Amino acid sequence: MGRYIVRRLLQLVPVFIGTTFLIYWLVWSVPGDPFAGKCGDRPCPANYIQVMTEKFNLDKPLYVQYFTYMKNLLQGDFGSTFGGRSINDLIAAAYPNTIKLAFVALAVEALIGLTAGVLTGLRRNGFLDNLVLVSTLFLIALPTFVTGFVLQYLFGVQWGVIKPTVSNPPSFTELLIPGFVLGSVSMAYVARLARTSIAENRSADYVRTAIAKGLPMRRVVGVHLLRNSLIPVVTYLGTDLGALMGGAIVTEGIFGINGIGREVYRAIVTKEGATVVSIVVILVLVYLVMNLLVDMLYALLDPRIRYE
Amino acid sequence: MSDPNMSSMVTTPRAEQPTAPGATAPTNAGLPENQRADKPRGLLGDAWRDLRRKPLFWISAFFIVLFLVMAAFPSLFTSADPSYGTLSRSRVGPSADAWFGYDVQGRDVYARVIHGARASIMVAVLSTLGTVLIGGLVGVVAGFRGGWFDAILSRVADIFFGLPFVLGAIVILFTFNPPGANRGEFEIIMLVVLSLVLLSWPVSMRIMRSSVLATKEADYIVAARALGASNLRIVFKHLIPNCLAPLLVYSTILVGSFIGAEATLSFLGVGLQSPVVSWGVMINESQNYIRVSLYLLLFPAAFLVTAVLSFVMLGEAVREALDPKMR
Repeated sequence: MGRYIVRRLLQLVPVFIGTTFLIYWLVWSVPGDPFAGKCGDRPCPANYIQVMTEKFNLDKPLYVQYFTYMKNLLQGDFGSTFGGRSINDLIAAAYPNTIKLAFVALAVEALIGLTAGVLTGLRRNGFLDNLVLVSTLFLIALPTFVTGFVLQYLFGVQWGVIKPTVSNPPSFTELLIPGFVLGSVSMAYVARLARTSIAENRSADYVRTAIAKGLPMRRVVGVHLLRNSLIPVVTYLGTDLGALMGGAIVTEGIFGINGIGREVYRAIVTKEGATVVSIVVILVLVYLVMNLLVDMLYALLDPRIRYE
Repeated sequence: MSDPNMSSMVTTPRAEQPTAPGATAPTNAGLPENQRADKPRGLLGDAWRDLRRKPLFWISAFFIVLFLVMAAFPSLFTSADPSYGTLSRSRVGPSADAWFGYDVQGRDVYARVIHGARASIMVAVLSTLGTVLIGGLVGVVAGFRGGWFDAILSRVADIFFGLPFVLGAIVILFTFNPPGANRGEFEIIMLVVLSLVLLSWPVSMRIMRSSVLATKEADYIVAARALGASNLRIVFKHLIPNCLAPLLVYSTILVGSFIGAEATLSFLGVGLQSPVVSWGVMINESQNYIRVSLYLLLFPAAFLVTAVLSFVMLGEAVREALDPKMR
C-alpha cells in the first residue's frame, strides 16, 4: 500500500503541472491586451502598465512566468489581483462557503439517494421502483440551472418559504435548497447505483446463507447486504465530493452564494488572470487528492482489493 | 453535468462475445445473412430483439426522430419568423395565435423553440462525433500498443480530465470567443463544439482503451495474428467491431448530456449567442423575467429536458439490451 501511494503521488505531479500549465497558457497568453478596460474608459497610464508588467512578469516568456508563479505558490503565496487584493484572502473568504454548500449537497445526495436506492433495490419492479427509476432519469436530464430557477421561484418567490438568495456567510438552513439543486443529479446516480448494487447482491451466496442460518431479515439486510452493497456507492460519493468542492458556478450564481465558483466566474469575466489560475490550481489539487483518497478508501472497504 | 458519472453507466462486454464485423450500431438490425432466422444470434441480434419489445426504446426513438426532423426542416412545424419581433406584443402570454406566447422583444416563442432545435442538436451531435472519434482512436492506439506509449497517452488524457468541465469550457470559450468578438454563427458553433470535445475525449478514450485491453488477448485475435493478419487489419477488422458497443452506448447518452452542456454554457453567456437561436440562448434571455413570465423559461426548458431525456433513455435501453445480465 505504501509503495502504491508513493507511485500514485508521483503520477499526480505531471498531471498537476500539465493541467495548471494548460490553464496558465489559456489565461495569460490570451490574444489581446491584458490591460484593456482595466482603468475604466481611458487607456491605462504608462507607469501603471510598467508596474503591472513587472509585477506579473508579463514581458518574460510564458514558461518563466509560470515557474515564477509556481515557486511563489509552493511558498503559499497566490499573488494578488490587478487591484492589489491578496488572492489568499479572497480564497479564504470564499472557500468556506463552497465547502459548506458541498457538504449540504453531499448530505442530501446520501440521505435521499441511498434511501430511495435501498428501498427500490430490495423490492424491484414495484410502483416505488418505477417511480424512482422515472424520477431519477428526469433529474439526470434536467440541467442544474433549470432546477435552480424553478425551485428558487417556487420556494423563494411563490411560496416565500426561503429567501431567494442567501446571506453571507450562509447558514445551513439557507443552503438546504441550493444544496438540493447542486446535489440533485448525483442524487439520481446514487439512487441508481445503490439499487443495482443491492439487487445484484441480493442473490449472492452469503445472503442466502444468512437467511438459511435463520437470521432476522433486518440483520440480513442491515449487516450483511448493506455493508457489501454500499462500497461502490461510498466511493462514488467520495469522488463526487471532490467534484462538488470544485465549486458550483451555476448554483452559486443563481442563489447568490459568495463561493469559489462565483469568484472564479467573476475573475474570468473581468480577466483577473492570477485569480483564475490560483483557483483552478486549488480545484485541481483538491480533485486529484480526493480521487487518490477514494482509491485508498476502496481498498480499505473491500479487503479483496490489493494495490501493489 | 459531470461526465465521469456517465462512464459508470457503461459496462465493458466480456471478451468472449465476438460479433459479426460490419454490424456495428446496436440499433442496426442488419445481421449478416447467415445468422438470420433459426441460426444462433450474436450479441447485437439478441440486443435488437430485446430492444424491439421495449416501449421505452420506441418512445425515445420517436422523440429523437421528431427532434431531428425539427432540426432539419423547422418550416414543417411553424411558418413564423423566429427573429421577427414587435415590441407591442412584448411578453404577451400564450394564446391561440402564439401557442407559447411572445418573448421580451415580441418574438414568437414557439417559432424560436422549433428553430432552436437545430443549433442545440447540431452542437450536441458534432461534439459527440468529435469526442467518439478522437477518444476512440486514441483509446484504440493506447490499448493496442500498450507500454510507454499507453502510459504517455493516459497521462495526457488525465491532464484534460483533471480540468473541471464547466470551468474549463468557460476559460476556453472566453479566451477564443471574448464578448464582443462578433464571430459568425458557424464559427461560434464550432468553437463550442471544440471546447466540449477537448474536455470530454478522455472519458471515451478510457472506455475504448479498457475494452481494447479486455479484448486484445481474446482467442480470435490470437488466431487472426497466427493467420498472419497485419496489425492494421486486426485493429480494423477484429478489434474495433468488437470493442465498439460500450462506446456507442456512452455516445448515445453523451448526445443528451451535450445538449444540456450547450445550454449551460449559453446560460452562462459564453456559449452560443444571439442572433443564434438555441434552447440555451432562450433560457439565458429569459432569466431576468422569470418572476413575471415564467413561461419564457418553461417552454425552452421543456424541449431541452425532453431531448436530453430521450437520448439518455435510448442509451439506457441499448445498454440494458447489450448487457446479458440485465435480461
